[in-house]
Amino acid sequence: MAKSGLNSTCALIGMAESDVGIVPDKTPRELCVQVTLDAVRDAGLTLQEVDGLITCNAFAEPIMYHAEAVAEYLGWQPRHCVTVNTGGGTTFMAIKMAAAAIAAGMAHTIVVAMADSLRSFMTREQAMVVQSSSGHPHYEQPYGPTVPAYYALIARAHMDRFGTTEEHFAHAAVSCRAWANQHPKAQMRDLISVEDVLGSRPIADPLKVLDCSLVSDGGAAVVITRGDLASSAAQKPIYLLGYGEGHAYEHISQAQDLTTSAAAISGRAAYADSGLTPDDIDLLQLYDCFTPALLIQIEDLGFCAKGEGGDWLASGISQPGGQKPLNTHGGMLSYCHPGNPGAMFGLTEAMLQLRGQAGERQLPSINTALCHAQGGIMSSHATLVLGNERLS
Amino acid sequence: MSRPTPRPSPTELPFYEACARGELTLQHCEPCDRFLFYPRTHCDHCHNPTLNWRRVSGKGTIVSYTVVRRAVSEAFTAPYVIALIDLVEGPRMMSQIVDTKPEALAVGQSVSVAFEAWSDDIKLPVFKLHGVLGK
Repeated sequence: MAKSGLNSTCALIGMAESDVGIVPDKTPRELCVQVTLDAVRDAGLTLQEVDGLITCNAFAEPIMYHAEAVAEYLGWQPRHCVTVNTGGGTTFMAIKMAAAAIAAGMAHTIVVAMADSLRSFMTREQAMVVQSSSGHPHYEQPYGPTVPAYYALIARAHMDRFGTTEEHFAHAAVSCRAWANQHPKAQMRDLISVEDVLGSRPIADPLKVLDCSLVSDGGAAVVITRGDLASSAAQKPIYLLGYGEGHAYEHISQAQDLTTSAAAISGRAAYADSGLTPDDIDLLQLYDCFTPALLIQIEDLGFCAKGEGGDWLASGISQPGGQKPLNTHGGMLSYCHPGNPGAMFGLTEAMLQLRGQAGERQLPSINTALCHAQGGIMSSHATLVLGNERLS
Repeated sequence: MSRPTPRPSPTELPFYEACARGELTLQHCEPCDRFLFYPRTHCDHCHNPTLNWRRVSGKGTIVSYTVVRRAVSEAFTAPYVIALIDLVEGPRMMSQIVDTKPEALAVGQSVSVAFEAWSDDIKLPVFKLHGVLGK
């Protein structure tokens, strides 16, 4: 297994989130600017001490040169400045690009910032159409698929192959909501049951509305720096122990395997990079755009055998008090999902937990976390392994 | 509001011309002895640039399906069925299953192609449960 060469070369030393959920008073660009400044402040730095910016474009306010526009807004001329676009995987592929740029000496400290406002700056119709436009324009979109429909195709195939049930998927939503119930900022906090999920409005069989992630506004940013600079940082540094990515296809109708994703490839690479195994991971922060996506990642990232993701979720192991806490902020199912920035909140939550700053929901004993993001329809995957100690 | 409709490139045109005649055709790579879909300039296995259009049976099986209850836009009326279909010649296609009740569907069922007008010029392949065709 080839290693990324990035393990322990970098550390995350700053983070910030905007308000999340329904945030009508700031545009996506303004949210991105705000979290950039807040993350740099959290790191105990000034913008002049940061020499790189990586952003992601916003659906609700597309800008042709996005990162450059954010830097300009701040009156800032960073040495390294680029916009990344790999859908929901943008988040951690941007972290990789930041780490690679630092390892190559192109920058020493980079802010990765992104925000979008699918809830307040787009209509429901616009948000639905823009997201489903990832489908092939000639061989998928003419048939009217929605993003939930793409994931429903994956869900049905998993049910047919492994005997997974709608109840199994529902447990994923119940688990994320149980954590969101403990987070004061979460968009949806009321506890739900398996029956609530099964009885919720049908969207694309077998998926109901509570199997689907939220539509939100919000932004988040992190500051990443060279490992040797991290030890003097204002906050406890969180080290990037391993990174992996995997790319299987772009369009779901071209997938060779509907039930095993390239998360298996990205996970293996990230474990090899870090020298850790699934047993060593204290916190899982996975990409829960839809409940079946979460279930398949649990399997493909090695937390249970293939086909047993449903039983793993139903056991309660991922819920508060369980041995494998999962999406302790509530995930995109319950915390917030502003589109491409969605997985950033999985990362900022992992940083808070590893720093010991997660308040009421702080895990008692945590040294490692695995964060996973994906783009497309389970198409491209990126996995981060983080720890609060450097690898020796 | 009308349904999204392909505007074929020169490479794709033979596929849509065949659809307009009521025929399903796919590109075939001689060196690989393999059909491919969607239309490409090169075989996606060996990258041979000489591909031949061949008419295929239009028969296949359902690999997965979903009943869409919340339409993507006003151009579509829910419920409708989207499926992935493995053609007997090998390639997989996304399409709609038409003229069926959702409860009649299952993974592994046999389907046959039919053609439906998406615009004045463009017809697209859709599928019907096998045996329902000649009703």
